[in-house]
Amino acid sequence: MKNRSLLSINDFSLDEQLKILTLAAEFEKNPTQKILEGFVVATLFFEPSTRTKLSFENAASRLGAKVIGFSSLATSSVTKGESLKDTILTVSNYADIIVIRHPNDGSARFAAEISPIPVINAGDGANQHPTQTLLDMYSILKTQGRLDNLNITFVGDLKYGRTVHSLTIALTQFNTTFHLVSPVELKLPSYVKRHIKEKQLSYFQYTDLLDGIPQADIIYMTRIQRERFSDPIEYEKVKNAYNLNNSMLINTKENMRILHPLPRVNEIALDVDNNPKAYYFQQALNGVFVRQALLAAILGVK
Amino acid sequence: MEYSNQRKELKVSAIENGTVIDHIPANSVFRATRILRLDKMENQVLVGTYLDSKKYGKKGIIKVSNTFFKDDEINKIALVAPSATLIVIRDFKVVEKKQVEIPKKIEKIVKCVNPNCITNHENIPTKFDVMKNENGIYLTCLYCDKNTSKENMVFL
Ligand SMILES: [Zn+2]
Repeated sequence: MKNRSLLSINDFSLDEQLKILTLAAEFEKNPTQKILEGFVVATLFFEPSTRTKLSFENAASRLGAKVIGFSSLATSSVTKGESLKDTILTVSNYADIIVIRHPNDGSARFAAEISPIPVINAGDGANQHPTQTLLDMYSILKTQGRLDNLNITFVGDLKYGRTVHSLTIALTQFNTTFHLVSPVELKLPSYVKRHIKEKQLSYFQYTDLLDGIPQADIIYMTRIQRERFSDPIEYEKVKNAYNLNNSMLINTKENMRILHPLPRVNEIALDVDNNPKAYYFQQALNGVFVRQALLAAILGVK
Repeated sequence: MEYSNQRKELKVSAIENGTVIDHIPANSVFRATRILRLDKMENQVLVGTYLDSKKYGKKGIIKVSNTFFKDDEINKIALVAPSATLIVIRDFKVVEKKQVEIPKKIEKIVKCVNPNCITNHENIPTKFDVMKNENGIYLTCLYCDKNTSKENMVFL
């Protein structure tokens, strides 16, 4: 993986993805190792995403790397009309690797094309967010002890959620059974279902949240955004139909864990937070270990 | 008979050396000239549209003097004229005649349909894989991965 860019999860083979997860487990055991001393990581956030930026910067600094960069809120020359190309070429003079988040689809791939140093995509518009997919896979592996033969329930906005799309496609590598809970208007798009069908895996679709709970090894909750609905009354109805609370967890499997890419609105009630099956805050921390693994592998020190 | 042949010759006259692109759908001729950048060319270019054709009803034809296209250049027009025939002329004689072929990749000439695609926000040449399904040709953007169908193709 040395010097390779990560723009979409498909840029890494299954072996390489698993190697990253193994490395991440190493960093979880020993998170502070100054193996990237002398390296510079540039985090270029052309749109704000505090959570992802902090996670990358924390990963870099725990490994001893220096972090440079910006988060776009009128601080950078980006707003003064400098092209993405010029920004990338300038920054690549000062850094060893670029982490980019940008509102336009395909921006990370373009950056990688012109950049002399490797690029990690931290989200390009509605397109890809591969480090999220890897940290989701890591969280599943860690809580279940395996990735194969699991029942994964996805809940909420399955139509527009790119997190759900990439994770679903990644999980088709592991004989997963999919349980898809969503309002009719936010069902999983057919191009994602095609991946499930190509691997001859099973999927079940429900509109009632309770139908997706008892068989689940993982319940992956997502946020339903108001903007997706033309009718605000429809939104209110749907929003409250996919609210997971503690009383719903009584008959769940012992090993079941709840994931959420965060931030949440009200789809997981606060009374779930103290349930040992709630895993979303640890999931976010796992992002640091996965990003440490990626930085170390791409910079060639692991 | 002779007379009508003569009249055809007058409409779009013969060339000594160069390339003739025949059997272009009548309404695609000007798009084809743009794809081949003939508007920037300093050679003689003759264009005919809505000519009678036994096979195609109405057709268009383009004749370009002293210009011989590379395959990947000429094949770009297959997007708008898949039935076009390429005729290479030297000394008023046909030395080569073949059908255009749909290319596997297309660069620069078509706009990505996705308004949020980086190619619509930065000065970047577009790149597509040319794909085919039951509805015909479509293009998959190499940057944003979105598909541009035939009806949505806008030529740059
Ligand atoms: Zn595009």
